[in-house]
Amino acid sequence: MSLSGEHHAWRKLTNGAFSIACVVATIVAVVPLFGILYYVAARGIQGINLDFFTQLPKPVGETGGGMANAIIGTLKLVGLASLLGIPPGVMAGVYLAEFGQTRMGTVVRFSADVLSGIPSITVGIFVYTLVVLTMKSFSALAGALALAVIMLPTVTRTTEELLRLVPESLREAALGLGVPKWRATISIMLRTAAPGIAVGIMLAVARVAGETAPLLFTAFSNRFWSDSWKEPTASLPVQIYTYAVSPFEDWHRQAWAAALVLVSLVLILNVSARLLVRNRVRK
Amino acid sequence: MASQPKSQLTLRPKWLKPFGSEANWGDAVFRGLTLAFALVVVVTLCGIALQMLKASQLSLQAFGLGFITSNDWDPIQDQFGALPFIFGTVVSSLLALALAVPISLGIAVFLTEMCPVWLKDPIAFLIELLAAVPSVVYGLWGIFALAPWMREVVEPALATTLGFLPFFQGPSQGFGMLTGAVILAIMITPTISAVCREVLNAVPGALREGSYALGATRWETLRTVILPFVRSGLVGASILGLGRALGETMAITMVIGNRPQISSSLFAPAYTMASVIANEFTEATGDLYLSALAEIGFLLFVVTLVLNIIARALVWRVARLPEGGRL
Repeated sequence: MSLSGEHHAWRKLTNGAFSIACVVATIVAVVPLFGILYYVAARGIQGINLDFFTQLPKPVGETGGGMANAIIGTLKLVGLASLLGIPPGVMAGVYLAEFGQTRMGTVVRFSADVLSGIPSITVGIFVYTLVVLTMKSFSALAGALALAVIMLPTVTRTTEELLRLVPESLREAALGLGVPKWRATISIMLRTAAPGIAVGIMLAVARVAGETAPLLFTAFSNRFWSDSWKEPTASLPVQIYTYAVSPFEDWHRQAWAAALVLVSLVLILNVSARLLVRNRVRK
Repeated sequence: MASQPKSQLTLRPKWLKPFGSEANWGDAVFRGLTLAFALVVVVTLCGIALQMLKASQLSLQAFGLGFITSNDWDPIQDQFGALPFIFGTVVSSLLALALAVPISLGIAVFLTEMCPVWLKDPIAFLIELLAAVPSVVYGLWGIFALAPWMREVVEPALATTLGFLPFFQGPSQGFGMLTGAVILAIMITPTISAVCREVLNAVPGALREGSYALGATRWETLRTVILPFVRSGLVGASILGLGRALGETMAITMVIGNRPQISSSLFAPAYTMASVIANEFTEATGDLYLSALAEIGFLLFVVTLVLNIIARALVWRVARLPEGGRL
């Protein structure tokens, strides 16, 4: 009797320890997030001023200046990358959802999954050999292409998954009314899935906005405004990196400010995507 | 017709059949167009592989297999051996995995088995945000917050308690293998825990309920019923995390110290494959130097490719269980 009592106590103890360990693990994982957000907010605020948004970087050693060119550069890079990456991604996703039950579909799906898993820096090397060596210059075009390659598989798989969630009965109703299949896909299926796909695209954009590694040797960096798409272009992530590893106090301050801007951008995209999803689910 | 044996799956209306696989030219064009873009994905992947192979040709010819066994990295003498970088990448990633897997599993169990419903979404969202923070911001935080903390608190504590082991000897520098591994662990935790959750969710509810009905505790249920059921999926999740860790560039470049050396101490600076590419690619003068860096990239590409294939095969096996899904 006492033996089984002891055994029972031991079982309860192990279970309790295990449960506590799970809770602790969750807390341990969340703490760095708050640590980072706190640091970025607290230090970033100190570096934010009007100059930061309107001025060009000062030469090495001089304090002051801002990152206006990097902010615009990031918007340019992400904008062009979206133009290059989203339409093919959506189309490929439509193919997978509509005609993807074949061997070809499996190959495409597999390629997309693998592509999303390869290190982003290798994408940088790829674009370097393809574009930078051919054009003989680092350029915004090359940077945007690298980011587009990173977006492509995410957009493809999101589009496929969301199209699959649309009830087949909608398509059947359209086909029953004599609508050709392609019109049913575009006006019924894609249209119904559009808000969800938009959310997926927002998340993909948020991800590439913070990418640094593939830009290092594609878009490179620029202390001045870049007038054309064929010139090296500054971007916030690369600027944060350069400033963070520099020995200058004032550059560190600006790196934190840039991090605050970048993290705000990424968080706004993420949170609003999340809210959009939730509103739709509630309906 | 024969080309589409599974077309019933998409509920194609029967009246289309006499017209071949496409009912009208609009459908044929649409199908061809989407296929063309789908092929872009495949072509991009193959293109990356081919370009990387081409770019590393010079180095492959010059050093052969010696490239991965030599630790002589001397751009001035045109001698390139990648061993210190391979060492740095493998050790930091495995260490990160050792830190991240138990924590991720804990999170996954907490979220699927224990968490009150109202807390589930907020916590899952916070963990997802951890994945959304840009790598370079992790690096910035690593330089100014994590590395000093490691130098002043964690590394001295490890040295006094476990200092008899060679891994925890030598001066605390803050910038080194251990700090790199910690930052990688933080970054791959969201990936691993998300896949773990997916896998745990695929366990049929009846199994779990049966175990509880027999009087098993939560821990016993997990250990004797759920884990054996999903083991391959959890291994897949870990491998997926490993793939992420191997390819991670910016954050680890900023905290690992960037010195090509093989040291037994985890406090000592090291260098990873991705870091050396990030640091030296734009400054590399000479074709052989560039080619050697490209070959490191190619190795990284091949390894992550293989890991991804294995991981996805393992995760799919669990996620596609016949009675999988608890909904």
